[in-house]
Amino acid sequence: MSVRQAVLDQMRIVAEQQRKTLKPLADDLLLLESGLDSLCIAIVVANLEDELGIDPFAGGDIEMPTTLGEFIALYENAAR
Amino acid sequence: MPPARRSLVEITLASGRAGRTIGDETNRIDLADLAVHTNLAEPREASRGRAVLLRTRTQLPTVLALLALDGIARRVLLGLPDLKAEHLAGVIQEAGVDDVLVPPSLLRRDEPAPADRSVETEWILFTSGTTGLPKMVAHTLASLTGPLDDGLAVVPGSVWSTFYDVRRYGGLQILLRALLGGGSMVLSGADEGVGDFLARAGREGVTHISGTPSHWRRALMSGAAHRMAPKYVRLSGEIADQAILDNLKAAYPGAEVAHAFASTEAGVAFDVRDGLAGFPVSYVGPSNAHLTAKGVELRVKDGTLRIRSTRTASRYLGDCPALGDGEGFVDTGDMVERRGERYYFLGRREGVINVGGQKVHPEEVEAILNRHPAVRLSLVWPRKSPITGAIVAADVVLRDPAADFAAVRQQLLDACRASLPAHKVPASLRAVASLPVAESGKLLRPHA
Repeated sequence: MSVRQAVLDQMRIVAEQQRKTLKPLADDLLLLESGLDSLCIAIVVANLEDELGIDPFAGGDIEMPTTLGEFIALYENAAR
Repeated sequence: MPPARRSLVEITLASGRAGRTIGDETNRIDLADLAVHTNLAEPREASRGRAVLLRTRTQLPTVLALLALDGIARRVLLGLPDLKAEHLAGVIQEAGVDDVLVPPSLLRRDEPAPADRSVETEWILFTSGTTGLPKMVAHTLASLTGPLDDGLAVVPGSVWSTFYDVRRYGGLQILLRALLGGGSMVLSGADEGVGDFLARAGREGVTHISGTPSHWRRALMSGAAHRMAPKYVRLSGEIADQAILDNLKAAYPGAEVAHAFASTEAGVAFDVRDGLAGFPVSYVGPSNAHLTAKGVELRVKDGTLRIRSTRTASRYLGDCPALGDGEGFVDTGDMVERRGERYYFLGRREGVINVGGQKVHPEEVEAILNRHPAVRLSLVWPRKSPITGAIVAADVVLRDPAADFAAVRQQLLDACRASLPAHKVPASLRAVASLPVAESGKLLRPHA
């Protein structure tokens, strides 16, 4: 499974668990307008670390992602 | 003879500057109007010497009522919107509340200013407790304004704002800076998204703004951070790591980025303005002239930060232990570690988990997990998060290691969701073979 798919799947899983309605997922969608709040995104990040073994935030020296596209790119770059 | 006490509204109006306002997303009040108007249904004199609980959903009506009643009421309790109905009777009894007021957002009563505003009103702040009654911490205007004497307070024409609710200590500090320093105040809205709030802050020309690191991460992620251009950006309430400090400096290149250490009980102890995480070792001990001049002394004992300060809250209300030790130092419960010439924050000693500024006591979550018949033992711990600082993680030891954990896991999460707010529900939940126990017989609690 691609990194992109893993990110999208986790967003759907967490949205369902937290009873949030997810907007259609497009790269230019603002993360905080996706229907997930910051707690949900924190859970997505933790789940992705468990699943992919990647924590792109660990280095500290990154820009906070604003769009879904940037968020996915963060994981794709870290997976390389 | 000591100088006569001046009330909050008297000090607020003393600057004499015109055009100062306080407002939220729907209302804006000219501060000069406070000289004659109140938002109370009864004359202010009706509250003389009484203990008043303010219980409004939004912040503005509580702030206006506080301005009307400071110096007149014996005690003003700044109720939080999450004060549960089932705790109301206990709060009323414990704090000796005479009246519960639910004032509106707009000024309407026109009455002459009271002649006597000399009562040393106690301001009661609520802090998040475990399950039972929220703790109530007693402050006075003097203990709350002590921390403001740091050169930031009086900046003419400043427009202050905060992501915090000003009924909480971190937000109240900002409100007082605005009111006492001759500035205006922009309150965050109860139902306002972070992007809308940032855009409004920009429109209203906010110059000074504060929030927790989690508030700020959310602001940076919103894509709307550039909608305002503050001169001063402040972080408090959680550990400010180097990444968030650097990100804010990049987002607001013209701004001073400072982080402050404060707790409801100990008051604001110090702020750090060099752009680096942690604080200099020189802050600790009786010889720091900068801090001692402000009546603050820091001590590190048993790995936690202790603060002695004239800004310390007077006491807890009700049946709670004394705030300070024999020498007047308050144990903040925040663990620090020295690396080189700096101290860095490690997390809370008792394991309180700070999820985006909301506290979670591990025991309250463990109590629910342990109720499940398949669970022998559980440990709830703070898992580090780059988004909210920490999230709640749980390890459980099953009675029967061969049990179907997937099914148990789902039941545990369902049980937690049924009785806890979302930020307290474990975000990760694992089965483990055993949990480490200290010699004291207590679970060893790791730190974030």
